[in-house]
Amino acid sequence: MSNEAVLHAPTTTITHHHDAHADHGHEHHHHETFITKYVFSQDHKMIAKQFLITGMVWAVLGGLMSVLFRLQLGYPDAKFPWLQDLLGKFWVEDGKITAQAYYALVTTHGTVLVFFVLTAGLSGTFANFLIPLQIGARDMASPFMNMLSYWFFFAASCVMLSSLFVETGPFSGGWTAYPPLSALGQASPGSKTGMDLWLIAMALFVVSSLLGGLNYIATVLNMRTKGMSMTRMPLTIWALFFTAVLGVLSFPVLFSGFILLIFDRNFGTSFYLSDLYVNGVTLPNEGGSAILFQHLFWFLGHPEVYIILLPAMGMVSEILSTNARKPIFGYIAMIGSLFAIAILAFLVWAHHMFVTGLNPFLGSIFVLLTLLIAVPSAIKVFNWLTTLWRGNIRFTPGMLFAIGFVSLFISGGLTGIWLGNSALDIHLHDTYFVIAHFHIVMGVASMFGMFAGVYHWYPKMYGRYLNNTLAYTHFWITLIGAYLIFWPMHYQGLAGMPRRYYDYSIWESFKQFAELNRFISTVAMVVFATQLLFLFNFFYSIFKGRKVTNQNPWGSTTLEWTAPIRPGHGNWPGEIPEVHRWAYDYGKDGRDFVPQTEPVGANESHH
Amino acid sequence: MTTVSSNEPKRLHPHKFTLWVAMGSICMMFAGLTSAYIVKRNQANWLEFALPKSFYYSTAAIMLSSATMYIALKAFKARERSRYKNFIALTAVLGVLFGVLQTLGFNELTSQGIKLLGFGSNAAASFLVPIIGLHMLHVAGGIIALLVTLFRAFGRKIKSYNTTPIEIVATYWHFVDLLWIYLFIFLAWIK
Ligand code: HEM
Ligand SMILES: [Cu+2]
Repeated sequence: MSNEAVLHAPTTTITHHHDAHADHGHEHHHHETFITKYVFSQDHKMIAKQFLITGMVWAVLGGLMSVLFRLQLGYPDAKFPWLQDLLGKFWVEDGKITAQAYYALVTTHGTVLVFFVLTAGLSGTFANFLIPLQIGARDMASPFMNMLSYWFFFAASCVMLSSLFVETGPFSGGWTAYPPLSALGQASPGSKTGMDLWLIAMALFVVSSLLGGLNYIATVLNMRTKGMSMTRMPLTIWALFFTAVLGVLSFPVLFSGFILLIFDRNFGTSFYLSDLYVNGVTLPNEGGSAILFQHLFWFLGHPEVYIILLPAMGMVSEILSTNARKPIFGYIAMIGSLFAIAILAFLVWAHHMFVTGLNPFLGSIFVLLTLLIAVPSAIKVFNWLTTLWRGNIRFTPGMLFAIGFVSLFISGGLTGIWLGNSALDIHLHDTYFVIAHFHIVMGVASMFGMFAGVYHWYPKMYGRYLNNTLAYTHFWITLIGAYLIFWPMHYQGLAGMPRRYYDYSIWESFKQFAELNRFISTVAMVVFATQLLFLFNFFYSIFKGRKVTNQNPWGSTTLEWTAPIRPGHGNWPGEIPEVHRWAYDYGKDGRDFVPQTEPVGANESHH
Repeated sequence: MTTVSSNEPKRLHPHKFTLWVAMGSICMMFAGLTSAYIVKRNQANWLEFALPKSFYYSTAAIMLSSATMYIALKAFKARERSRYKNFIALTAVLGVLFGVLQTLGFNELTSQGIKLLGFGSNAAASFLVPIIGLHMLHVAGGIIALLVTLFRAFGRKIKSYNTTPIEIVATYWHFVDLLWIYLFIFLAWIK
């Protein structure tokens, strides 16, 4: 039974003719108004663009925040009166960024980049855009829920944005929101209204993620076109599928952690609070445990980092193979390693808590499990490199970003192995080494995955090309800049420089880094400015880019390139194509590529 | 007039499938809360007390409501419309009764001098509020779904014999029932 038959047919009787491959969902074109087409759209392609553009807005805001706090770190003595005129006294006083503003900026930067940009902006965009197009479905299992998912994200965004404008400022206790800073309003200005808004925004965000994730899972498992068995799916789909599974299983746990936090904040309970003394006042809370929150947070937190990374891994696999004109090396191993990573992601959360007084025996088990992640990670790296090996490489901008991703993943993964040893972590925990580790392996790498995806699928999204010169400039400056920013932070961390300090120049031990900090800050500003090139390229090309005339510009095997250049709601005007082979028949039997829709020939070789 | 012919095995309706994944997700939330409960219990300062009587009655009510839901679904499939409507209504009423009994349970605890919220409350008692409260919210969602199906059954001019929506509601209802039984046993046992 085709999916549409399943969806629309009453189960007992069918009153009109339906052939086995019925698809007329696209034919009764409803009258589309501006509102239903661009605002409350239920078309997965439009929702993907909404996620992408909202994510881009947040990336700019979050990036600007990092420029501001890097200004403080790089130039702790400089004065910026013009910033004060611009932002007001809460943020800048006497021409200096205030300590409170600094912490608020760091916190909001982290929250926004992790959740709004690299989770919603990345999964939201590409799961929505690619799942139906690559598995051969007209839309998601529930387009309505899909629309809700975006609007919950939008609401979360509005609430988070509003927290920037309250008098006491946004939350300032770090993106991990540990109590007691997050639980007690009197603990800091940011813990007051700012934290309330932070919690509301995050609760809305969790709902958005769950609605999206449920839909992605149901769509991948139920809505594939004829012939699209699970082992014929492109790796993008596998990765997005595991991402959704991780989200659906871990976000609820974060939510329960937030619920208890809300009770502690507002209803005087003591789940997380005990023996506290704030501003000269002893609090009556007794018997709570702040570590409990860390367990609940990191049970989500660690899977979350893979929620951010896996979509990038999937897209990179696809883009590398397409542009190396070679089948992906070790397709099944790629799925197996995604699976292993997804399982292990739930079993390592305590490596963020080695120094919380965790039982050292328990710690050693988490060391073992953590280091085990290196195995599937190494398999993936090996397979990417072997896919590139002696490939007929086309250095498109998408391809460059994909290769950049592999480089960054290797660099950042290696430092993970350092941190995964609980003995080393005693020294490295909460230093700039950790900042360097996760920015390279997660932040920049996933950003690169996202750029690779945008450059690669832009012709499908908008029916136009991006400008290549701008793209190459964007790539090289961003890659070199990212390494220049984060590589030196390893040294700072090894020297013991703690993270989340407002001013290092007053510490004798860290004075030596004054120049390095200035250097990092300067590069950060250059890299930020370079992203404006990308923004310009993106929006300019939507209207003025070179038009796509070739239905399959990259010579890809996958289904999205069999749809019209500008597909309507329903994706394929006629029948949904049938699939006859896996997604990686590149350079086979002397042919450049064989689309998935082509039946297997009589004397075709096996892959 | 033809019926759908297909050589593929009959698959689960995507909406039903989505419900199953959602139920997995809800389970994770309660797994998070109950494991937090266990972690907290193993630390100092944990109050032991017996669960109020009302929770036993509420357990009976919600189990009964699962039975009435089952009968309602059967009636729908047998196309006995009035029986179906009655039992759906009965299920909803039992759901409301469940909520009332849970609230009474909280009152019972408070009148025994066990402080649930506010300063001086013990986490052992406080935990009941988010755990049971969140479960009640899920039951409330189920009641709303029941009412929607009920109004549809009354309002429809054209009769629909599509069993999917009502099956989805029934599955969810049995799920919140089972979830409560798990929570009840958990809370009664692990004090
Ligand atoms: C070989 C693989 C990896 C290992 C062994 C590893 C290990 C660790 C450890 C032990 C920490 C805690 C350090 C501390 O706070 O003292 C850490 C932090 C972190 N890791 Fe990794 N990691 C690996 C890969 C990754 C990947 C692939 C990502 C993301 C995609 C990631 C993201 C993060 C983040 C975000 C943090 C810091 C969170 C915070 O404290 O704010 N790691 N890693
Ligand atoms: Cu981790």
